Amino acid sequence: MTEFAGWRMPLRYGSEIAEHRAVRTDAALFDLSHMGQIAVTGAGAGAALDYAVCGWPSALAVGRARYTMLCAPDGGILDDLVIYRQAEDRFLVVANAANTAVVLAELKVRAALNSPGGEAVVTDEWPTRGLISIQGPNAADDLSAHTDLPLDGVRYYAGAYGTVAGHPAWIARTGYTGEDGFEIMCEAGDCEAIWTALSAGRPGTSGVAPAGLAARDTLRLEAGMPLYGNELGPDVTPYEAGLGRVVRLDKPTDFVGREALAARAAQGPRQTLIGLVAKSRRVPRHGYPVLAGTTGVGVVTSGAPSPTLGMPIAMAYVTAGATGPFGIDVRGNIEPAQLTELPFYDRRKGR
Amino acid sequence: MSVPAELRYTQEHEWVAIDDDVASIGITDYATQALGDVVYVSLPEVGTTVTAGEPCGEVESTKSVSELYSPVDGEVVEVNEELDDDPGLINAEPYGLGWMFRVRVAAGGAAPTGLLSPAEYEELTQSAG
Repeated sequence: MTEFAGWRMPLRYGSEIAEHRAVRTDAALFDLSHMGQIAVTGAGAGAALDYAVCGWPSALAVGRARYTMLCAPDGGILDDLVIYRQAEDRFLVVANAANTAVVLAELKVRAALNSPGGEAVVTDEWPTRGLISIQGPNAADDLSAHTDLPLDGVRYYAGAYGTVAGHPAWIARTGYTGEDGFEIMCEAGDCEAIWTALSAGRPGTSGVAPAGLAARDTLRLEAGMPLYGNELGPDVTPYEAGLGRVVRLDKPTDFVGREALAARAAQGPRQTLIGLVAKSRRVPRHGYPVLAGTTGVGVVTSGAPSPTLGMPIAMAYVTAGATGPFGIDVRGNIEPAQLTELPFYDRRKGR
Repeated sequence: MSVPAELRYTQEHEWVAIDDDVASIGITDYATQALGDVVYVSLPEVGTTVTAGEPCGEVESTKSVSELYSPVDGEVVEVNEELDDDPGLINAEPYGLGWMFRVRVAAGGAAPTGLLSPAEYEELTQSAG
C-alpha cells in the first residue's frame, strides 16, 4: 500500500511484473475510484467546456470520448482529462485524483465566467461514484460475460450506458495501459459487486486478477502516455509534451490559454519529450540528468524497467533540437541511452 | 513475513549467516516485499574489501533503487552469479537461492558486532509499520 493523492492505494497486489504481463497478454482489474469524476450538465454544458478546456467538447458526438487538457491562462497544464459526452446536455470529466479539487474549482469559475450556450452546472460526482477498469486483450470477452451491452458496438474512445453484474454503469472503451480495455463508472455502492463479478472473468477461465499502481505506471510508460506531475505540469504546455494536437486552435470560440498557446504553437516548443532506451541495466529514474556528450540537455521525467522490452526505458525533456548520442547520469555514472520513437510499446505492432 | 531464527539481521534489512569465518549475505523477506520485484542487483566484485555499514552495491526494483550495505568487515569471496540472469530469485527465495554475496570476515573470525537477533529484527519491522 502507498499514499497516493491522499488515498491509501495498492502499489501491487502480488508481483507487479506479473500484473503488468497480465494486462499485456490477458486482462487485469484496476480500482480507480480515487479518480475525480465531475459532471457538466445543462443546455450550455458543451459551450462552457469549450471555453474551459483546450479541446472542443461540444463537437463530440454523444457516446464519444476525448483526451484533453485544462490549461492556465499562460498555457501551462493544470490537468489532463478524459471527457465523455454521455448525452446531448451531459459531459463526464475524469480528472487525476491529485488535481480534482483544482479542476472542479476551475470548471466552476470558468462556467460562471463564460457560458454562452446557457446554463452549465458543474457537479462533483466523486463522492457517489466509483471507477473500475478492466484492461487487456481479453478484457472485452471477460466483461461481455457480465454486461448486457454489446461491446462490439463500443469503439475505442466511446462509451454507452449499460449494466454490469446487473448494476447500471457507464461503460467506456478507454484506459491508460496501451491495451484494449474498458472503464466502468458506477454507483459507489455497486463497486464491490461489479469488482467481484469481473474478478470471476468469463466462464472456463481462472478469473481476472487485480493490478496495482506500480503496474499501471509501467504500462502507461511503455505506451508513451504522460503522467501529470512527471511529464505534465503548470510549467509546460501541451506542445512541450508532444501533445499539441489536443489544443484546438481551429475551435471558433475563445478558451482559457488560447492566446499563450497560439503563441507557443507559432514559436515552437522550448523542449521536447523524447523516449530513451537504456543500454545498461541500471534504471533511469525521475529527475536524473540527460546529457548529449558531456553537456546537460535535459532531465528524465519517468523511468522504469520495461517488463515487455526487458530493459530500462525512460521519457525525458530535452532542449528543443538536442541530438544524441544521449547519456543519462545514473547516480554519478553516465549510462548510454538510445533515442527511441514513442511509444515504446504499440499493441497494433506487438511492441 | 518470514524471519528465520538461525540468521542475524541489520537495520538496513540484510540478513547474515555466519559459518566459521565466512558470512553469507542477502536481503530479508520484509525488504523484498517493500521493494517489489527486483529487476537488477549490482554486487561487489570478488576480492574487494567491504566495510560494515558502508554501501557496496545496489538493488533495483520496478519502483525504486536502494543501496546494499555490507553488514560486516572483510573480503568478498563469492557473489551469486545466478542473480544476473534471474534477479527474481531474490523475491522468490530471499533466504535461499536469492543470497547475494559472501565475505571472509576480518578480525580473525571474531563475531561481528551490531547485528540484530531475529526478535530484535522483527521488532524493527513492526515499528516501521
